[in-house]
Amino acid sequence: MTSARRADAIVIGAGIVGAACAAALARDGFQVTVLDRAFPSAGTTSVGMGHIVAMDDSPEQLALSAYAQRLWHDLAPELDPRSELDHCGTLWVAEDDAQFAAVRAKRDVYAAAGIASEILDARALADAEPNLRPGLAGALYVTGDMVVYPPGATLRLLDIARANGARVRSGEEAVEILPNGVRCVHETYHAEVVINAAGPLAARLTPGLPIVPRKGHLAITDRYLGFVRHQLVELGYLTSAHVMTNESVAFNVQPRATGQVLIGSSRELVEWEASLNRDILAQMLRRAEAFMPALGELSVIRTWTGFRPATPDKLPLIGPWDAVPGLWIASGHEGLGITTSLSTARLLVDQIVGRAPAIDPTPYWPARVHSASAA
Amino acid sequence: MTQSCDVLVIGGGPAGIAAASRAAEAGARTMVVDEGASPGGQIWRPKLTGHQPSVARQWLARLAASEATVSPRTTVVDLQVSAPRSFIVRAERSGIPTIIGARALVLATGARERFLPFPGWTLPNVFGIGGAQALLKSGTRFDGKRVVIAGTGPLLLPVAASLSAAGAKLLVVAEQSSRARVARFAAGLWNAPATLAQAARYRAGFFGAPYSMNSWVVRAEGDDRLRRVVVRVGTETRTLECDALCTGYGLVPNTELARLLGCVMRGSVVFVDADQSTSTDGVYCAGEPTGVAGVDSAIAEGQVAGLAAAGRASDAAPLRRVVSRRAAHGRGLDRAFALRPEIHTLAASDTIVCRCEDVRLGQLDRGWSARQGKLYTRAGMGPCQGRICGPALECLMGWSADSVRPPVFPARVRTLSSPAKTGDSAETSERNHDAPA
Amino acid sequence: MSETVAITIDAAEHHVAPGISVASALLNASVASFRRSRGGDARAPLCGMGVCQECRVTIDGAAHQRACMVTVAEGMRIVTATSAEP
Repeated sequence: MTSARRADAIVIGAGIVGAACAAALARDGFQVTVLDRAFPSAGTTSVGMGHIVAMDDSPEQLALSAYAQRLWHDLAPELDPRSELDHCGTLWVAEDDAQFAAVRAKRDVYAAAGIASEILDARALADAEPNLRPGLAGALYVTGDMVVYPPGATLRLLDIARANGARVRSGEEAVEILPNGVRCVHETYHAEVVINAAGPLAARLTPGLPIVPRKGHLAITDRYLGFVRHQLVELGYLTSAHVMTNESVAFNVQPRATGQVLIGSSRELVEWEASLNRDILAQMLRRAEAFMPALGELSVIRTWTGFRPATPDKLPLIGPWDAVPGLWIASGHEGLGITTSLSTARLLVDQIVGRAPAIDPTPYWPARVHSASAA
Repeated sequence: MTQSCDVLVIGGGPAGIAAASRAAEAGARTMVVDEGASPGGQIWRPKLTGHQPSVARQWLARLAASEATVSPRTTVVDLQVSAPRSFIVRAERSGIPTIIGARALVLATGARERFLPFPGWTLPNVFGIGGAQALLKSGTRFDGKRVVIAGTGPLLLPVAASLSAAGAKLLVVAEQSSRARVARFAAGLWNAPATLAQAARYRAGFFGAPYSMNSWVVRAEGDDRLRRVVVRVGTETRTLECDALCTGYGLVPNTELARLLGCVMRGSVVFVDADQSTSTDGVYCAGEPTGVAGVDSAIAEGQVAGLAAAGRASDAAPLRRVVSRRAAHGRGLDRAFALRPEIHTLAASDTIVCRCEDVRLGQLDRGWSARQGKLYTRAGMGPCQGRICGPALECLMGWSADSVRPPVFPARVRTLSSPAKTGDSAETSERNHDAPA
Repeated sequence: MSETVAITIDAAEHHVAPGISVASALLNASVASFRRSRGGDARAPLCGMGVCQECRVTIDGAAHQRACMVTVAEGMRIVTATSAEP
């Protein structure tokens, strides 16, 4: 259903965040133009894991990701096979009793946010994932988490936007964001609303955004149907993701709809150095083998690297950028952009049209950057 | 397991055997790794029965007599420059992770066949032309089998001869090129009489089956396996009931390792200088990856590369004339067997183009790049890593190959996760350990 | 070296010539489907030289082994795919 015609809007970046914004704006009646310097899903979206996960690094992160999880469930009937949606859930794996104690606390935090989860003891965990090493303490099973194939989901969101009148321009690189407009190499676009959804490149167009590229490595195996049944994450993952150290690895594997096993994860701050770091890859794989020894025998068919758009406080930048009239920011999602693309789009559009958002939008306002640096 | 050597030769075909022999004879600690059970590569792949050509016997004997170590059943999955003229090579030997340190590399990785999709090409018992030859040599029985050979290039004749000798009943050998082009190429062979005599022998070897020019396979049909093929022979279309179809459209150089090292390419082949040296210091390349030009050229290039890698490039001077003459032979091949336009239009919208992922031609958009095709449809995302569909989609869509990342062949997790310590660096750290603090 | 090597192909015992590849053993036993494609079609060797990955079978419990690159051995258990890949 399309609302009455609203103003023109330009979305810079056809990754999943830009695509979600375009779909939400177009459904709300905006005349949307999406600009991408390459093509849809060419950047961070194409190199991520595709996890739809409720993440509790901070209350604000949990609010945004829990909201997103609900929106993905609502969107599920509209997704097509390209999106490879899998309701596999997440198991947060506890190695020892101390971590298992944290599992109970985590369950309570999730319950308070409306996220359903179950505690698995050691035996239930072994039954759920027979290829995990013996002797693990247990896990928290977050039943509503999912996995998608991000490029497929992005194409679907862009189809929804197009069906509501949006245009998608590939090969159109934004050079400068103007008041109520965007200058590209060959053409200048004018619109009341401009959204910078350029992922890790967002700060190039909006100087002052505290976004840095945080590199990751991934490896994917041949098809081994049933080897892994849920997304598996070590409880220590949040420590790895949270601390802005130069490099870290954590156990994070997921089953793909194809039967492949996707193995992560690593984090590095090395600017834009994209080449494969064999030592990091080896460390990451060893961490995975430590949890799943049988993984060592599986055949890896591809490895790659990518860049997450990271912010200093681990929260995305969603909201108005007052220095430029008409400009809104939707970037800085680090490793949670696939999950929070939908909640980002809804928060942003609600604020643009003046509706009350479902959750408090202020923690994600880019303005916090200025106040932080002023303080 | 970790090992180290001065010269590591990757690939045990004619170029690699020649390189390893010359490098070892020049005094370099030399190792040659090869995927096969024993050296020989595709062209000199040892037959379970029957004789090797004398040149193969001579070179295999020379390699055996040299000090070079041969590591069979070894698949290189990654290599990197650890310091100037110091390389770390990650491999699997019968599935066991192996790290090899080397001071120089000779890439002699050969070529694979180019396949172009046509309806039915995914049916069991549709083989490559070289593929059928390789299977025959590894023990596949073709006696009594009705076989159609259809494709292009000089491989058709020798494979027809060996299948015929193995008892296959050849129904037709279909060459898509014209008689005039092939005749011009054959005339050019007077520069290489041995090759011509060999061609005549091959032709005699399957006397009785027609060798038809301007002929190609239109489609293959069957159920759980191939039952018949539809072949265009000259101006008529024939349906032939058969048990096997051998098809292929020339060779694609295996350049993945060179590209992984960032070696400069010239078009689709690795750029080398007169010493067979690539743009990466200490990395040499010989044989088909520098341009498909046949076995004699590969032997000459391999010798030059082996000598240069061992630091004896000056000894290679007499070989360089052979190398340049043979390169001209390679260009002649390209002209004689250029693909006719009909071959590009055989695939229908529902014909599978990516066999690993079952992607059909109609799913692909000509406006996309290869990377878009991969991300949006999974074309090229499977375990062959685009080696089969990549060259086909280059022909059909004009898409160029994606970048190369390790592993260059599917590799076990533990092969990629094992620490990259070579024999050399282990020695170094021991020495450092012994040194006074 | 003995005259033949005993192997099992999908639980049936076969006696094959020593030194041949697993791919050859399967083809000589008239096995048409080495693996099933994503769409469920039968697939068998194409390139014969370890590149195309179409001849992948399970050998002695290890999945995705290239049948054309492995030599038969006494007691080897070979399992072909009977159902579609996902």
